[in-house]
Amino acid sequence: MAENKNLEPVKEEVEMVEGVEHTRPRRVYVPRATIYEINEEIVIHVDMPGVSSENIDLVLEKNELKINGIVDDYSPEGYSLVYSEYGVGDYERTFVVPNDIDREKIQATMKDGVLELHLVRAEAYQARKIDVASV
Amino acid sequence: MYRNINSMSNEMNRMRHEMNKLFRQVSSPSFSAPGGYPAVNTWADKDKMIVTAELPGIVEKDLDISIEGNTLTISGERKAMELPEAAVYHRQERGCGKFTRVITLPYQIDSDKVSAEMKSGILEINLERAEADKPRKIIVKKG
Repeated sequence: MAENKNLEPVKEEVEMVEGVEHTRPRRVYVPRATIYEINEEIVIHVDMPGVSSENIDLVLEKNELKINGIVDDYSPEGYSLVYSEYGVGDYERTFVVPNDIDREKIQATMKDGVLELHLVRAEAYQARKIDVASV
Repeated sequence: MYRNINSMSNEMNRMRHEMNKLFRQVSSPSFSAPGGYPAVNTWADKDKMIVTAELPGIVEKDLDISIEGNTLTISGERKAMELPEAAVYHRQERGCGKFTRVITLPYQIDSDKVSAEMKSGILEINLERAEADKPRKIIVKKG
């Protein structure tokens, strides 16, 4: 059932919406994500290399979960860039959160450049077995 | 050809987006096409170099770095997520699998002076030129 995707070295840049500019003059990328659902829970893993737990911004507004990962500039003293295959930039992505998610119970952890989000379905919405009594 | 004005304006919008994308690719500084996974950046300072790569979610034990002469080999495995049967995927954009990348450097490397560090999914390898490989100044004597 799990589709295994090949490792992809190229990052996708955010499409610039016309008229809207980023305040910081840097590249912004769309981080890749894995989303799966199990046992009344939605789990999201987002690849954001270079982002530490202090540099991440998670905002839940109405039904949108906005993820913003800030990456520090990499510029080793005395060195100059001689060959480049990837750009260093921030990460941005927004997910629409289904209405039945318990907003108070969203968990987020950041490890090795991967953000892990757990969205739990609210109690009231969880599937409930109904026992049928024989009459 | 176009059912109504909406589908035509959608088509025009789509074409406009495509054209913008095309121009953006041409005008913005382009990066070299990666020679494999992971993409690397190389920094140099006289007889020292730094090679960086983005390897999110990779732990040290799944990573192998070796030096031979003037080649640097980065290999490892990004393990697939092990999920129970009942899990249902909504999206799978992150790849997995084994990777090997061989990078040829401009000079022989001192294998005793190599250091590597993983920080927030970024790999940083510090390399120094081998002493024997450093250019020697030849003094011209007056004859």
